[in-house]
Amino acid sequence: MSTILAAKGVSKKFGDHTALNNVSLEIPKNCIYGLLGPNGAGKTTLIRIINQITYPDTGAVFFDGKPLKPEHIATIGYLPEERGLYKSMKVGEQALYLAQLKGLSKAEATKRLKYWFDRLDIGDWWNKKVQELSKGMAQKIQFVVTVLHQPKLLIFDEPFSGFDPINANIIKDEILHLKDEGASIIFSTHRMESVEELCEYIALIHQSEKILDGKLSDIKKEYKNNIFNVGLQVSEQNDILKNLEEKHKIWTPTYNKQDEQLEFKIQLPSNDTGALLGYLSEKGKVNHFVETIPSANDIFIQTVKSKTK
Amino acid sequence: MGKLSLIIKREYLAKVKNKSFIIMTFLSPVLMVGMVALVLYLAMLNGSDKRVITVLNESSFYTDDFGKMEDVSVVKLKNLTLEQAKDSTEQLGYYGLVHVPNASTLEEATNGSYFYSKESPTDGFLNELEDVFQYRLKQKRLESLGVSEDQYAAISKNFSIHTATFQGKENLKGLNELNAIIGGGFGYLIMMFIIIYGSFVMRSVIEEKTSRVIEVIISSVKPFQLMMGKIIGTSLAGVTQFIIWVVSGSILFLVVFLILDLDMEALESAGSGLPQAQAMNVASSGMEENIQQYAEMFLQIPWLSLFSFFLVYFILGYLIYSSIYAAIGAAVDNETDTQQFMLPVISPLMLAIYVGFISVFSNPHGPVAVGFSLFPLTSPIVMLMRLSSGVGEGGVPVWQLVVSIALLIVTFLSIVWLAAKIYRIGILMYGKKPSYRDLYKWLKY
Repeated sequence: MSTILAAKGVSKKFGDHTALNNVSLEIPKNCIYGLLGPNGAGKTTLIRIINQITYPDTGAVFFDGKPLKPEHIATIGYLPEERGLYKSMKVGEQALYLAQLKGLSKAEATKRLKYWFDRLDIGDWWNKKVQELSKGMAQKIQFVVTVLHQPKLLIFDEPFSGFDPINANIIKDEILHLKDEGASIIFSTHRMESVEELCEYIALIHQSEKILDGKLSDIKKEYKNNIFNVGLQVSEQNDILKNLEEKHKIWTPTYNKQDEQLEFKIQLPSNDTGALLGYLSEKGKVNHFVETIPSANDIFIQTVKSKTK
Repeated sequence: MGKLSLIIKREYLAKVKNKSFIIMTFLSPVLMVGMVALVLYLAMLNGSDKRVITVLNESSFYTDDFGKMEDVSVVKLKNLTLEQAKDSTEQLGYYGLVHVPNASTLEEATNGSYFYSKESPTDGFLNELEDVFQYRLKQKRLESLGVSEDQYAAISKNFSIHTATFQGKENLKGLNELNAIIGGGFGYLIMMFIIIYGSFVMRSVIEEKTSRVIEVIISSVKPFQLMMGKIIGTSLAGVTQFIIWVVSGSILFLVVFLILDLDMEALESAGSGLPQAQAMNVASSGMEENIQQYAEMFLQIPWLSLFSFFLVYFILGYLIYSSIYAAIGAAVDNETDTQQFMLPVISPLMLAIYVGFISVFSNPHGPVAVGFSLFPLTSPIVMLMRLSSGVGEGGVPVWQLVVSIALLIVTFLSIVWLAAKIYRIGILMYGKKPSYRDLYKWLKY
């Protein structure tokens, strides 16, 4: 697996404040990489270093195997979290200007803009002034401008903020489409359900340090606690729970008398479920027995809480 | 450098296409010329509006003398008492009443004379009135020494001295004053341009910050490129405005002068019907000569070098100040927070204007004027005030010009370097009103 971007021991200080402390990351090619962390953790600083807006005090960043250089700017597309447009400029003019700043020729930029404006069905906005657009409309323009120069690496910081659910879906599909076309994507957000949906890899930054990274599915496996949801059909419940509670931890037991259904959560010492299943089968009919997999949200909260100094 | 020119182009167009810019650019010359024309017109109106006074002369002296006063018409009153004369003058709404009592000698009559008026009379009028009396008194005294009336009239003819430079070029009186006024005008213009265009730069930086465009742009261009592009683009807009003003202003002035000139001829021909026609003609031809002299003087001023140096000093001074303005804009979140930083920026400009008006006017090449015209934060204004007297012989020595421009360039480079550091950090900082200490810290990031 080759990496599009690698940070090696990156540190950055602003005066007395340490924004990043010895952070190393490897972002594989052609995947969506979730960059997560609480507010003020240092994500924006890291993204700014990747965009060469600021430079690390120590450590190095490699783009496609080579040290990051100014000319790489043209192959990176960055949609910042706090983003805006010139209010009094026309949409088309402005998009052209921003595209030309990324190194596209005027003709090429016009051609591609027309394509994207048609694709997102916003062709008739070309001559509107930005101040006439709604927030969501302006966000669409910014999205187009970010991807227009077909960058190898795309960095989206909260790309869905300001969108209604329908447009958020359109943008999500476009992001997936870009990935299918070969782009590598860094995706920074607080919305864990979209992390769950989109990201193959994640890194968690907290208090200026990377505290977790890797493939999301691997991380989830690691974070499994051998907790199972159990549904058992029995006529008498009390002694079963009593027996189990002697050895295991049990949460939220409920018993529905009409259905004769007993439900609870149980944590086992290992992944070995044989003994428990055997015991339960003796007592009644096992309706369901499901291992709970932690959500990205759970992992985020759990890790951040445990690592907070 | 492609990006820099893109930014310059955008900043220039954003400024030039702005409605208020267009209105200001085309309205200002009209307003300026209109104001000047209005002032001239009002002055003419005032001048032609003759004061009317009444004269109650009970003596045998001064029979026709009051009629000779310029700008004053005289109504002679006869066979009235002083009280009646006062009443009728007031009722007729005339300016005032001159009363010369009945006396046997000129001295007695003169000493007993009074001028009665509703308001206290103006100095100009009083001087003229006193001249009438004094002329006769002097004449009387001289007569007793054996000088005849005609002889005295010949003696009293005015004289003005001819002046020339050492090279033999005919000098005109008042050239220094005119130079100083024009230089002062240019210096003032530079200050206005620096403040106006500097704050344009500042506002444009703040706008980028508050609208968060800066976040989008800063990943494509270097902060330094953005800052310089902004400064250069805005200054080009300023130069455009200046050129439009110079061109349209000159055309408008030409038009106005032509109209005023025609008016003068019309006045002359209207006056020819009157008995004093000859005297008036003499007076107006003297005036024309004067105008011609002033026109020559006007042409003696080195306009071309003034305009070129205006551009040089405007651009350099503007570059220095607008980089400071850009840094201030980057440091704050909104315009109200800029106040604390504005005073140190504006004070050297104000100082330059005051020093310029006071010391350059009185002694354009004295030590104070020279010092301030070399110091880079004041030189654009003070040097320009001095430059209206020309370069080299009789004007600003060449070495001073070279030193002041060199100092400006060095200052420009170091200020831009400092400003860029503040700008680079400031544009991505939100929410906190920075102190001078913060700015100092940013310099070290």
